[in-house]
Amino acid sequence: MPGALVRYVPILIVFGLWEAATRYGFVSKALVPDLANVGAAFWQLLASGELLFNAGHSLARAFVGLAAATAFGIVAGLLMATIRPVRLLINPLVQVFYPMPKSALIPVVMVWFGLGDMSKIVLIFLGCILPVVVSTYNGARGVDHVLVWSAASLGASRRAILTEIVLPAAMPEILNGIRTALAFSFILMVSSEFIMAKDGIGYLIATLGDGGAYAAMFACIFTVAGVGFGADRMFGLLIRRTLRWREQ
Amino acid sequence: MTHAPRWVALGNIAIQALVLGAFLAAWEITAREKLINPFLLPALSDVVVRMAQDIASGVAIVDLSLTLYRALSGFAIAALIGIPLGVLMARSALFRWFFDPLISAGFPMPKIAFLPIFVLWFGLFDTSKIIMVAFSAVFPVVSAAYAGTQGVDKWPLWSARALGAKERELLWEIILPMALPQMITTVVTEMLMSGKGLGGTMINAGRFADSVGVFGGIVEIAIVGILVIRGVEILRRRLLVWHAEARVEG
Repeated sequence: MPGALVRYVPILIVFGLWEAATRYGFVSKALVPDLANVGAAFWQLLASGELLFNAGHSLARAFVGLAAATAFGIVAGLLMATIRPVRLLINPLVQVFYPMPKSALIPVVMVWFGLGDMSKIVLIFLGCILPVVVSTYNGARGVDHVLVWSAASLGASRRAILTEIVLPAAMPEILNGIRTALAFSFILMVSSEFIMAKDGIGYLIATLGDGGAYAAMFACIFTVAGVGFGADRMFGLLIRRTLRWREQ
Repeated sequence: MTHAPRWVALGNIAIQALVLGAFLAAWEITAREKLINPFLLPALSDVVVRMAQDIASGVAIVDLSLTLYRALSGFAIAALIGIPLGVLMARSALFRWFFDPLISAGFPMPKIAFLPIFVLWFGLFDTSKIIMVAFSAVFPVVSAAYAGTQGVDKWPLWSARALGAKERELLWEIILPMALPQMITTVVTEMLMSGKGLGGTMINAGRFADSVGVFGGIVEIAIVGILVIRGVEILRRRLLVWHAEARVEG
């Protein structure tokens, strides 16, 4: 833990520079609120429950979308890797939709699923499923054939091979795909809430900005950034724990 | 499996093209037969006609060039700052100590959340959009440049004569694919702040309940996205015939 603290000293230096710049008037406080004000605004948002309410809503949307994308994505990726017709059917769609920016779908999900939770969940689902499908597919195709053959020669069923050989062997790539999807889910969550929402952290940032409450806006932005960073780090730890058996 | 005969590969391509064709046909038929409310799903042919009109009248060209201009300017700034920074980080312990935590903390952050700050600082016009793109793209650029330089440094004997050229190519090979998705941020900023561009025009169409326009925008953005990514892939393979990864993928 102290090692981690020392490592992040430069971040503290940057915050120190920020505070010094605003305190000694190098930059206008209208453009950059000082840290103390941002901290106070953060505390106020936290105490009033506003921050927790909106952040909770946002995170619930991101989680549902990401969880659904993970479940469907892994199944689709495994089926693509093992069954040729499925591969031929899904692959062209993946190829076409992968490079397409999912945010372009915001107006459509808005029309199709309304302004509530559903439209954001669908958007996050669509954005997150492709990295999971692609990484599962790549991982499953990269599985050592010897493993599959020996399991088959020992009389394992197709299904057992899939769930007990291919899935664990593909796990590192799958988890990395989910990590990418996790980042996407945050981006899509915030940008969709900027554009269309009645609540959520993105909505809160947008309204605070429109109302000129910049210290509070900065506080929310750094909350989102911090939570996004924290989620990624936690997932990284999870990956390392799950894959401990591989590192020998 | 990797060395399938040519006709199998061609057959696969044909089947996949057929799937896409069926997908588009299903879209057209469901819309034509009004199985789905045409407001929710306008017919493909209407969308194509609208896109052709927009191209003929020049609207689409203006939007496209605005979007590309913003995306490329943002990316250029990110490359200008990010590549030297990444190389310095690989070469100097001091730079690595200071910037490594900043980059690794900034990389997984949802950068789009910072957009209101850039609007506050740089106004509603091009500058804030370009800076937003640069800000999103600079993190992958730095880490790609850093990793690329370290990779090169690990093989000091590895044909020193070509090192200068190869190093540069290696950077581009890793950096472009890693930073490309970030350029898509442009479209989001345009949607949020309007002011023309593919994203701005599309969100405007959405506000006026012009669903043909919305779908036209989606198709245009999808086509641009595919063209850019495919273009980079081809460029990569051309530039890096010598590189192992490029050969294996081919």
